[in-house]
Order: sequence, then C-alpha cells, then structure tokens
Amino acid sequence: MASSPGNAPATMTHYRRFERADRLLHGFLMFSFLGLAFTGMPLLFSHEAWAARLARFVGGFEAAGNIHRFCAVIMITVFMIHLGRIFQRLFLRRDLGILWGPASMVPQPNDFFEMIAHLRWFVGLGPQPRFEHFTYWEKFDYWAVFWGMGIIGGSGLVLWFPEWFSHVLPGWLFNIAMLIHGEEALLAVGFIFTIHFFNGHLRPEKFPMDSVIFTGRVTVHEMLEERQAEYDRLVKTGRIDALASEAAPGWVYTLGRSVGTVAVTLGLVMVGLILFAFFSK
Amino acid sequence: MSDRAACDGGLHGPWRDSQVIMTRVRIRLLILFLVLAGVPGAASAQGAAAKPAPKPPSNDDCLGCHGDASAARANGTSVSVPGNVFGASIHGAVGVACVDCHADLAKTTDFPHADKLQPTQCATCHEKPAADYYTGVHATARRTGKNPAAATCADCHGSHDIRPKSDPESRTHHSKLLDTCGRCHGNDEIIKRGRIQIGNVVELFKDSIHGKALIRSGLTVAPTCSDCHGSHDIRRKADATSRVYRATVPVTCGKCHEGIARDYWTSIHGVQVKKGSPLAPVCSSCHTAHEISRADVPGWKVAVIKECGTCHEESIKTYRDTFHGQVTALGYSRVASCADCHGSHTIVPKSDPKSMVHDSNRLKTCQKCHSAATASFAQYDPHGDPSNRSRNPLLFYTSQFMKMLLFGVFAFFGIHTGLWFTRGMQLKAARRLRGRGKDNSTEDGDGQQPR
Repeated sequence: MASSPGNAPATMTHYRRFERADRLLHGFLMFSFLGLAFTGMPLLFSHEAWAARLARFVGGFEAAGNIHRFCAVIMITVFMIHLGRIFQRLFLRRDLGILWGPASMVPQPNDFFEMIAHLRWFVGLGPQPRFEHFTYWEKFDYWAVFWGMGIIGGSGLVLWFPEWFSHVLPGWLFNIAMLIHGEEALLAVGFIFTIHFFNGHLRPEKFPMDSVIFTGRVTVHEMLEERQAEYDRLVKTGRIDALASEAAPGWVYTLGRSVGTVAVTLGLVMVGLILFAFFSK
Repeated sequence: MSDRAACDGGLHGPWRDSQVIMTRVRIRLLILFLVLAGVPGAASAQGAAAKPAPKPPSNDDCLGCHGDASAARANGTSVSVPGNVFGASIHGAVGVACVDCHADLAKTTDFPHADKLQPTQCATCHEKPAADYYTGVHATARRTGKNPAAATCADCHGSHDIRPKSDPESRTHHSKLLDTCGRCHGNDEIIKRGRIQIGNVVELFKDSIHGKALIRSGLTVAPTCSDCHGSHDIRRKADATSRVYRATVPVTCGKCHEGIARDYWTSIHGVQVKKGSPLAPVCSSCHTAHEISRADVPGWKVAVIKECGTCHEESIKTYRDTFHGQVTALGYSRVASCADCHGSHTIVPKSDPKSMVHDSNRLKTCQKCHSAATASFAQYDPHGDPSNRSRNPLLFYTSQFMKMLLFGVFAFFGIHTGLWFTRGMQLKAARRLRGRGKDNSTEDGDGQQPR
C-alpha cells in the first residue's frame, strides 16, 4: 500500500478533490434542500397525519411557506454562483477541459462503458472499472440536481408569483407547474435521500460516511482504490504532487461527520414518512 | 295527592299558550266566583233545609293537610304542597281549585283520601296542546312502549308550581327550556336508558353558535329547542310532517334566517330539494343541527369541504391535488375552499351566468384573493385532473412523462444499488477473512490497514 505519493513528503497522506467554494456551496445546498423537503413534502402528502403534524411543528403553513421560499432563495443563489463559477472557468480561465475529457462533468461514451463494466463487476463478470475524476453515477447525481434546479426552481417561481407570470404565461401552465414541481421534488427527495446517500455514504466501502465533501480531500488509499485512471493520468501529466495535501484538521472531520449524520438521518426519516404514506394508502 | 310521581304517571293532557289558559281559567274563575260568593253564604246559614251534594274540598281544605311541610304518606314519601308554591303558580294565581285537576277528589268525603288517585287530566282544559302532544315523539314513545318514561306534561311544565312560559321563572321560559329538555336530552344516563338515538344533543347545542348566544349572551332571539322542534308536537326528522324533516329544514331555519333561505331556494341545491331530491343538501347538511358554528372560523371552513365532497367526489379529489386543497387538508383555511369560488347559499351550476365560476365571472372570483390576476391567470384549472386526457391533455401527458421518469430512475438505481450493496458486502466479508488469515500466518503483517 502506497503511503506517500510521488516525491511528496510523508505527511502528505491525502489528495485534494473539492475546492473550498464547492464544499461551501454543497453545504448551503444540503441545508436548503433539507429545508425545502421538510416544508414541501407536507403539502404533497397533505392527507397524511404526519404532514399536518410537521406543518404545525414548523409553525403552520404560512411559516412553512416562508421557510420554503427562504430556502429556495438560498438554493437559487447557490445555483447562480455555481453557474457563475462555470462561466468563469470556461470564459475567463479558458479551462475547456470541463467541457470534455477525463475531468469533465459532461457525460461521454466512456461513462456508458464504465457503467456496463461496473454492473458486470457487481455480478462478478469482470474486474472493477478504473474510474476517472467523475464516475457515471456522480455525473448522474450532478445532472439530476442540475435538471431538478431548473425544473423545480422554474416551476417554483411560477407558483410563487402566479399573478406576475400570468402576464407572460397561459394560466393552464400553472397546473403543469404545480404537477412537475411536486413530482420532480418527489424524485429529487427520493433520489437524494436514498441513492445519493447510498452512493456517497452508506455503501459498504464508505459506510457510515465519506467525509470528502466536508474535508475536500481523499486519502491516498481511496485514490488508488477508486480512481486509478485519474491517478495514472495525474502521475503521467506530473500534476499529482500539486494535489497532495495533509489530512484536514480534526475539527473539520468532526464538523463534517456531525452535519453529515444529521443530514442523512433527517433524509432517511423523510424517506420513511414517504414510504409510510405510499404503503398505508 | 301532591307528589310529582302521581302527576307524572297519570297526566295525559298537556297545555299550551298562556293566553288559552287564561281564557279558560277566566271562565272557570267566573263559575268559581259565583259558587264561592253565593254558596258559602247559603252554606254558612246554619240549618239550610235541603242537604245538597257533598261540597268538594276547597283549596284551603286540601292545604290544611298538604300545606304542612311534613305531610307524608304512610311510607314516608312527601305529599307536601307548600301553599306559597301553588299560590305563585299560574293555577294558584287564577284560582284553579285542587279538585279541578284531581277531579276524583271532588266527590270524596272520606279524608284522608286514598293514597292512589286517578291521573290528572290536563286535556280537560288544555285541549289543543294535548292533542298536539299525542301526535308527538314523546307520546308515541310511551304508547308504543319504546320508552314508557318519555316526557309528559309535568316533566316539562312542572305540577303545582306551573308558570306561564312568559314568566322568567318558568321551566318553559325561553331561557330555561334548554335545561328542561336537558333533564333528559342532556343526561347520558337517561339517554342510554331511554335509547334516545340522537344522543346528548344538549351538550352539543351548548357549544353551538345558537347555544352560546342563548346561554352566554342571553339573547332571547337566539333559538332554543322548541324554535326548531316545536313544543307539543315534536316529531322525528324522518316524519314528513316534522319541522326538522329534510325538506322542511330550510323553512324552519328560514323563520329567522329569512334572507339566506330566500337565496337558498334559488340555488341549485334549494331547487333540487324542492323537486324532492333526497341528496341535495339542506341547511343542516353543511351546518349540522346542534353543533352549528360560525361559518368564518377556520375549523368549520376546513371541515365543510369534506361535506361538499360527499357528493362531489370527483371535484374534491382534483381539489386535493391543488395548493388550495393541500393547505386546507393540512387544516389551514387561509386559501380558497369550495364556497370561496362557488358561493354557498346562492350556488348555481357553472353554466348559469349568475355562477361565480361562469366564464364571465371567473376572473372576478379569482381576484377576490389574487387581486392582480389577469384573464390568462383565470385559465388555471382549479380542478385540473392529470388522469383526464380530454379535460387537461397537456397535464395528462406531463403526468405520464413524470410517472415514467420516476419509475425509470428508481427502477434503475434501485437495482444498481441493490447489486452494489451485495457486491460490497461480499468484498467486505472476503477482506475480513483474508485479514484474519494474515493475522494468523504472520505476526507482524504489513501493518497497513486502510483507515
């Protein structure tokens, strides 16, 4: 097992993966997503006793609405900042690598083959694929949220300001806005609180939690185990040493684990409530 | 012959309005006057030759024994009729004689008289109320043996202490009637024993808007039991001649709520009721009978939606898919419920130009809350149905797409996650086994456990 990468000093046990700004944005995203889910789901499941109790708990439907819109503003801001950062990388730093290639978030044919290989590995028909910077499921997570932001955010704004939007949109579109806001939110909540949690934290390799989104760093071991293709590329291009780093300070781990535990717990509670509603029908 | 039981057991003639009583009593009084003024004079003249029929005992004669507070039967039950109680009653005030009601004592000469007397006959004087009473639910219950303890005259009016209902002290005064009816209809024990199906209505009524107005605010215009049910001829609501019969309810309520009744009869519901519809709602369908509350309190506004939904099933289903329906389902009333858009007492079909949701009025209706709404805004379908392709085609296809999307994503990632989990657990188990093997074989090992 490699204990230190390349020529870096022995204290460099980690590689940097996420920038601080991205981690912060993810933190705000988490916070606002939970707030939106817990104030929105009571409406979607308004016939359930838990929904009425939850609405009362947050201070009634008016308060729930205010929290919902407050969180929506945070999330939209996160989205805008993210778009701004992409714009900056693309046009100011001319970093075209984010559009295509190994470090890009854009789905590419290779992702499809990796997915097939991964599925084959699941059932013992082949070796574990060598992944690059972003795996196919990470790209799906990203684009699902990206699409969700547009759809839920857009329809949410229409529902927030229907009178204003009625100047430019036909009223029957509000019916569709209402439908997709709810259905897409159910998809987002269901996906994030089960699939994303599993992929990120709960799968046996990561259980109980992967701290990378809080610390921004992966261990050398994780890098070698999970992203050989990226590691090889970085070694070949000589950029691996620039990414080497020490472990994050202890308090970052503590904070990350606490926040993560709360978020995962809340999410799973919400999934439980939704499943209860489906099966008690 | 003074205890209530004797009166209760035998009374078969209730009475009614005090005017009638007064008129009858005046005639009797006249006769009495003549008798008392003429006869005593003659009678007191000792030695009147002819011996007339035995003189009936006077009230004073009766009170000679019964006026004593300790007057009692052999078995100890009281037969006391304090003179001031009877004197203060309407019968006492107008000079009705004891023997007018206890008629079998008029010819009795042997005192103290027998323990058991004939039942008093209120109907002798109070014909009309008695006749009404016999058509009512109480008399029927006694006659059929369903409830032999059902109320008779004395249960509501009292016996020796009867006062006209205009007297605030009367059991049948507007302010006291609730308690009088409540002796049975507010007593769980009696309700159970008498198998009174409607239950403890007095308790419900006390919390209703009518009850609060009557009891707490002391409003004499607020209705009490008899205003809706009548007094002597109280009938079951299933009886077509009852004041609370389905189709008659709007008439009964309309006695006070005249304007609303006028509106109601022009509404689709009123028209249907008039045509004999057994389903169209009457006042009590939405407002209940005994628990009527203000219509502007949140609890009622939210609850009445369900009532509309008992017939308009499709509409409530689609309403619940809207923001309006979801918020009200959570128990909050600040958003539109049925009546906010459709009206309540004046409700007419959408095709009627008077309808609040008629094409020509709909925008105005939306603007009640959404003041800046435009004509386009009013194209929103407040009962949009994603499963109805002909009514909401685009909504239908969007819904189908969303369903497929949700199913597809969860199906794929459900399988993906399941397989991954299985594989991950296998590897973990294998690694643990390997790790144990290493520990056994080499003492130092490689010492590099992944963190």
